[in-house]
Amino acid sequence: MNDIRVQTEDFSMPAEWERLRARLDAEAGAVAAFVGLVREVQGDASTVLSLEHYPGMTEKSIAAIVAEAERRWSLAAVTVIHRVGSLRPTEQIVLVLTASRHRAESLAACGYIIDCLKTDAVFWKREAAGRAARWVEATSDDVQRAARQRAAGGALPQSNRT
Amino acid sequence: MIRVLFFASLKEAVGLDHWECRVPQGGVSMPLDALLSALRQQLGAAGYAALTAENVRIALNQEFIDDRAAELRSGDEVAFLPPVTGG
Repeated sequence: MNDIRVQTEDFSMPAEWERLRARLDAEAGAVAAFVGLVREVQGDASTVLSLEHYPGMTEKSIAAIVAEAERRWSLAAVTVIHRVGSLRPTEQIVLVLTASRHRAESLAACGYIIDCLKTDAVFWKREAAGRAARWVEATSDDVQRAARQRAAGGALPQSNRT
Repeated sequence: MIRVLFFASLKEAVGLDHWECRVPQGGVSMPLDALLSALRQQLGAAGYAALTAENVRIALNQEFIDDRAAELRSGDEVAFLPPVTGG
């Protein structure tokens, strides 16, 4: 029930939403979504973000994150689309959709997946702004968030169920 | 042949995106350590230092490995991966 894609083309949020909805049965009552956009660096609108990946291993690394999310929460369907190639500020870079019976599972799983994509998914980002270019690494905040997610083990507050 | 892949900053550091290493004559496999020695010869000290930096991870046939004694067979794919980030 999962749809994992790595692609250069842009994605359409409404189209992906409908595609996910078509995979759901009447048990699913919640869908959470996260879309990541390319940001400009230090106010420089000429920023170009180039994403490189390792075909095969990159998809496997995303599948492993999704599999762990499914182990932790009861999910009806998951979509992850990650773009590669050259992207400019305001462009869509990543989409995470998670569906579940109740909202707590899909919200928690969506947050888990995007936090783990930051540190565990096999991508490399090169950020070029003006004449400067650098390889981007996960920030210490990224690393801490992913570590907290891993340590939490999927616990949900009991009062959060509707 | 063992296919060796370099990604992102390592591709720039070694000046190659891939390299092929022949398994020594008469053998069917070689340890990862032997491949690293061959890479040191091929790439020189600076390239070798980049590949063996602490934050570089090695994948064998698209699975991370930590064991420097791992045996590599002809047809295997070894990749050097600098720190990753997605999202």
